[in-house]
Amino acid sequence: MNYRVTHRTTYEYAEPVAVSHHAARVEPRATNVQSRSDWRLVITPEPAVQMQRPDFFGNRVCFFAIQELHAKLEVTATSVVSVEARALPAPGLSEPWDEVARRYRDPVAPEAIKALQYVYGSPLVQPQPEFAEYARESFPEGRPLLEGVLDLNRRIHADFAYDPVATTVATPLVEVWKSRRGVCQDFAHIAIACLRSLGLPASYVSGYLRTRPPAGQARLVGADATHAWFAVHCPSLGWVDFDPTNNCQLSDEHITVAYGRDFSDVSPVMGILTGGGSHTVKVAVDVEPL
Amino acid sequence: MSPEPTALSPNSASPAAGAAARARLLAGYQPAADAFDELRDATGAVRPHWEALVADLAGKSVAELQRRWETGRRFIRDQGITYNIYGEPDGLDRPWRLDPVPFVISAAEWRPLEAALIQRAVLIERVLADCLGEQRLIRSGQLPPALVFAQPDFLRPLHNVKPAGRRHLPFYAADLARSPDGRWWVAADRTQIPTGAGYALANRLIASRMLPEAFRELHVQRLAGFFRDTQEMLAGLAPRTGREPRVVALTPGPYNETYFEQAYLARYLGYALVEGQDLTVRDERVFLKTLSGLEPVDVILRRVDDDFCDPLELRNDSMLGVPGLVEAVRRGHVAVANALGSGLLQSPAFMAFLPGLCRHVLGEELRLSSVATWWCGQQAAERYVEEHFDELALRPAFRAAPGVPLADRTEWLRRVRWQPESYVAQERIALSQTPVWAGDGFAAASVSVRVYLVAHGDSYRVMPGGLGRIAPDSAARFVSLQRGGASKDVWVRAEGPVEDVTLLGQASQPVELRRVGNNLPSRLADNFFWLGRYAERADATARLLRSALLRFSPESTGGAWPVLAPLLRALEEHGQLPRERRLQVRHQPEALEAELLAVVFDPARNGSLRQTAAQLRQIAILVRDRTSNDLWRVLTQFEERLAAPVGTTSLLAGDAVAVLNHSLLDFAAFHGLANDNMTRAQGWRFLDMGRRIERAIQLCTLLDCVLAASDAENLGLLEAVLEVCDCSITYRSRYSVLPQLAAVCDLVLLDDTNPRSLLFQLNQLVKHFDRLPREKLTALPGAGQRILIDCVARLRLADPRQLGRAGTKVADTEIAQIVRHVAAAMPQLSDAIAVSYFAHSSIARAGGETVAAKEVGP
Repeated sequence: MNYRVTHRTTYEYAEPVAVSHHAARVEPRATNVQSRSDWRLVITPEPAVQMQRPDFFGNRVCFFAIQELHAKLEVTATSVVSVEARALPAPGLSEPWDEVARRYRDPVAPEAIKALQYVYGSPLVQPQPEFAEYARESFPEGRPLLEGVLDLNRRIHADFAYDPVATTVATPLVEVWKSRRGVCQDFAHIAIACLRSLGLPASYVSGYLRTRPPAGQARLVGADATHAWFAVHCPSLGWVDFDPTNNCQLSDEHITVAYGRDFSDVSPVMGILTGGGSHTVKVAVDVEPL
Repeated sequence: MSPEPTALSPNSASPAAGAAARARLLAGYQPAADAFDELRDATGAVRPHWEALVADLAGKSVAELQRRWETGRRFIRDQGITYNIYGEPDGLDRPWRLDPVPFVISAAEWRPLEAALIQRAVLIERVLADCLGEQRLIRSGQLPPALVFAQPDFLRPLHNVKPAGRRHLPFYAADLARSPDGRWWVAADRTQIPTGAGYALANRLIASRMLPEAFRELHVQRLAGFFRDTQEMLAGLAPRTGREPRVVALTPGPYNETYFEQAYLARYLGYALVEGQDLTVRDERVFLKTLSGLEPVDVILRRVDDDFCDPLELRNDSMLGVPGLVEAVRRGHVAVANALGSGLLQSPAFMAFLPGLCRHVLGEELRLSSVATWWCGQQAAERYVEEHFDELALRPAFRAAPGVPLADRTEWLRRVRWQPESYVAQERIALSQTPVWAGDGFAAASVSVRVYLVAHGDSYRVMPGGLGRIAPDSAARFVSLQRGGASKDVWVRAEGPVEDVTLLGQASQPVELRRVGNNLPSRLADNFFWLGRYAERADATARLLRSALLRFSPESTGGAWPVLAPLLRALEEHGQLPRERRLQVRHQPEALEAELLAVVFDPARNGSLRQTAAQLRQIAILVRDRTSNDLWRVLTQFEERLAAPVGTTSLLAGDAVAVLNHSLLDFAAFHGLANDNMTRAQGWRFLDMGRRIERAIQLCTLLDCVLAASDAENLGLLEAVLEVCDCSITYRSRYSVLPQLAAVCDLVLLDDTNPRSLLFQLNQLVKHFDRLPREKLTALPGAGQRILIDCVARLRLADPRQLGRAGTKVADTEIAQIVRHVAAAMPQLSDAIAVSYFAHSSIARAGGETVAAKEVGP
C-alpha cells in the first residue's frame, strides 16, 4: 500500500517564547517492509538552526532552534510511504521463549549483544515481579516465543480498556497497571514491561495507522492519530511487531516512524522553551491511501 | 629526615619534660587492633615521617594548642566555610569540620602511589572513551555488555560524541583506604564530578596557619601547582582559539551539598559561578546571559550531573541544565569537564574488571588494586556473593538503581536475584587508624583519603595532598561527611625544602588590567537588586518600629494615639499589622504592645522584621560568591539578634527597642560595607538601585499616612517623622523653631542635599540609569527613565509652603498628591527594571518546561 502521510504539530503559547529548542522524530524509517519518498519537514517560524542526524537507535532526528519571539509553532512532516503486505511468520516455528531469554543472561551470546539493551529497564519501563507474574500465564515452559507474545498481546487487549482520558504522557506505568486503562502508548509499555520482566528484549515503536471511515461515509482528512505498538526480538526472524491496542500483528496499514526502548526515546516532537507561560498542543495526522 | 624536636619546642626545657609531654599527647591514642596504625609501627615507635609533627605538638602546651584550634574554628566561621546536609531542617550551611591534626604521608610512600594513580586515570579514560565510542572492549569480550547497556548512566545521546580536546576525563579522583597489611586500595572511583578539591584547599589554608612551624619543618608539598595545572588544562580545552577563553563553573545552586566549595573554587580559579539558567544556547554555541547581552562561553567546569545537563536530550525534567547543550558539545563548540557521560565509569562494577582491562588496554599490570568487588551481573560472581553474603558489603552497582539499605538478608538476595546486574558486593576492609585531636591529646579514628588528578598532556598530574576523611569512631568501616565525620588536611612530604607556588603573579602570562569585572549575569543583577530592597526594607521597618515603641506607654495610649496612629497605619500599608488588629488594640495597651513585638520577632508574621531577616539571608546566599564575608557576617548577626529573644517568656517594649537599636547599627554596617568595599560595578549599582527604590517607597508610604492624618500638624507626629527619617539633627540645625509641617516636608521630600530625602533617592536613580548598559543604546528614554523624569519634575516644581496655609486640607494639597503619585510610580519603576534587565533570566525560571504530545492512536 502507498500512503501520503501528513503529521502536523501546532503549539500555541499564552505568552511569546523567546528561544526554543526542539527534537523531532517524525521521519518514517526505512524497514524491510517499508520505504519512503518525498520527505518534507516544514517548520514555521523558520528555525535559526536545523540539523538532521540519525540517533542512537537509527531513527532520523531533526534538531531545530527558534531564536525569535513567537507565539505559535507549527511543525509539518509529509512523506509518501509504501508498505508491503507480508505473510506473518508462523508463530509455532519460533524458538522456545526460555531459550531466547537465556541468550541474554550472563554470559551473553555475541549475537545477542545488539538487542541486549532492550532487556533492561528504561526511563519509563522498569521490569517488576508483578509484570512477570502476569506474563507467565502466556509463557509456559518451552512455548515458542511468538506464540507466547501473540497470547500476551491478546490478553492485554482484553484486560485493558481503551480510555483516552485516563492517562497523560506523565502517568507512571504502575498507575496504568492498577487502573487497567489507557491508550496505545500505555498498552505498548505494559507489553514491553511484561516481556522484559521475563528477560526478553522488547522495543517501543511509534508510527501511524490507517483508519477506515464507517461504511458509506467519506474519509475525514486529518482525523487520524499517531500510534504506537511494540516489537519483540526473535533470534531467527529479527524484530517482530505486535499491536496490543488492536490485538493484531503488523499489517500494511501500520506505518513505522521510530524505534526505541520506550516513548521517551522516540517522542515525536518535543521542546524546551524559554518563556511562553501556558501552552496548548494540537496534533493532526492524515494517512491518505494513494 | 632528622627531626629536631628540641629546636621546635621552646617549652620543653629538658628531655624528661619532653618525654612526659609526648606520653601525655599519645596517652589516649588506642587504635583498633585489627587495623593498620598510621602513626606507629609494630614495635610501638612513632613512624619517622610523623616524628616531627608529634614533636611539634608535644612541645606545645594543651592550652596553646586549644588556642590555635580555636583560631582555626573562627577562621572557618568567618570565611563561611560550610557544607549542606540534605533532608535536615538545619542542614544548610553547616560549618565545615576540620580535625586539626594533619594526616602525614611520606615522600617515599607517595611516589609509587602517584604513579599508580596516574596509570589508573589513564586506563579509566581509555575505557570510558571506548564505552562511549566504538565499544571494542565489549565486542572483544573484555567487558560484559550488560555492564554498559544495563546502566542508566549510559547516556545514549552522548554515544559517539567526541568531546573537545578529545578528553573525556579532565579530572579524576579516587577514595583511598589502607588495609591492615599496609597496602593502599581504591575504595571508589570518582569519574563524573570529583568533589572536594576545594575543601582540601580550604583545609590547607587553615591547617598551615594553625601549625606553621610543623608545616615548614615537614617540607609539606604545596597544592597551588595543582590548581595552576587545572587552569591551564581547562583553558587548553577551549575549542576556539585566538582570544582569552571564557571558562565558567556551572553549579546546581546554593542548595547543593558542596555549594560552598563550588563558589570557593570558582573564585580561586577566577571563573564566573553560573547556574543553568544563566546560560543559553544560540546557533549551537553556549552563551552567558549578562546585563549587556550574550557573551560566548568556551569551557564549562560542571558540578551538575550528566543527565541533568540538557533537558532537551537528557532528563526532560531537569531545571538545572542548558537546553541544547548536548548539540553544542556534539558540534565541538564548547568543552565540558568532565565530559558528559563520564558518570558511566563511576559504577563500582567496573572495579571488578580493571585488572584485565589494564593488561588488555595498557599492556601492564594494574598497580593500584581496587577493593575486591563482585558484580552480580556475572553468574559466578552472583553465586559467590550468595555464599559469602555475610562477609561482603552489598551496594547498588548503578547510581540510579534502587538501593534501599536493607538489613534483611532475604530481601537483599531477592532483589539481587531479580536484577543481578544492578548490584555489586565488596569486601569489607578495616580502615587504617590515624590520630585525631580529642580535647587534650590524640585519639584514634578510621581514615580514608580522597586524592585528585588533573589531565596534563597525554597523562595526569596528582595533587600532592587530598581530602582526609575520618569516621566518628575507630571501628567504622566507611566514612561519610554526611554522617557526622570530619575532614583532615593531608600533608604529603617532599624530599627537601619546598618552593612556594601561587596562582597569583605568573610571570609567563601577564594579566590584562581591568577596571570593571566581567559582565554580571542577569540573574545575579536580579538578586543584588532584591538584596538592596530587602536590606532597606528591614532598615526602614526597624526605624518605624523603634519610633512607635518609644512612643508607646502602657499607662496611656490615649495621649500618644495621634502620633502612633499614622505610624501604625504605615505598618498596615506594608501588611505587617492587619487593619482590624490596629483598630482593635487601640484602647488595649497590652495587646498593642504584643502586636508590635510580633512585628519585630514573630517569624510567622507576614512582613515581620524577623521574616525579612530570613528573606534577606536567603537572597544573600544567592550572591554569596560575589559579596564579601563581612557583608555576610553582618546579615548573619542581624538574623541571630532577632532570633535570640524568642523563647524568653516576657518580652517588653524596652527589650525590643534595644534589639532595634543594635539592628540599625547592623544596617549602618551593611550599607557602609556596600558603599566602601564594593567596586562601582554592576553588582553594586543594582544593589543601590534596589535600596533607593525601597527607601522611596517607604518614605512615600510614611508621608502619605502622615499627610492623611486628621492632625498632620501634631508636633509629636512631626518629631516622629523626623526621627524615622533620621533628619532630627539636620532639622534642628536649620530651624530654631519647633517642627512645622512645611519645613519637615521640604526636608524629607524635596531637599536634594539631604541623603534621606525622596528627591535625593530619585536623583541617585537617574544617575544609575544613565550608566546602565542598555539605556545608552536608544535615543529616547526607556520606560524606567520616563517614570523617573516625571517624578523628579513633579517634586522639583512642588511648593511646600501651601502646607502652612490656613483653610487648606492637608490631604488635598499638591504635595500630598505628589507623594501618592510617586508611591504608585515606584513599583512600576521596579517592574520596568525587571523587564529590561532580568527578564531573560526570570522567564527561563518560569518556563523551561517540556512539551511533548502523548501518542493517542486508536
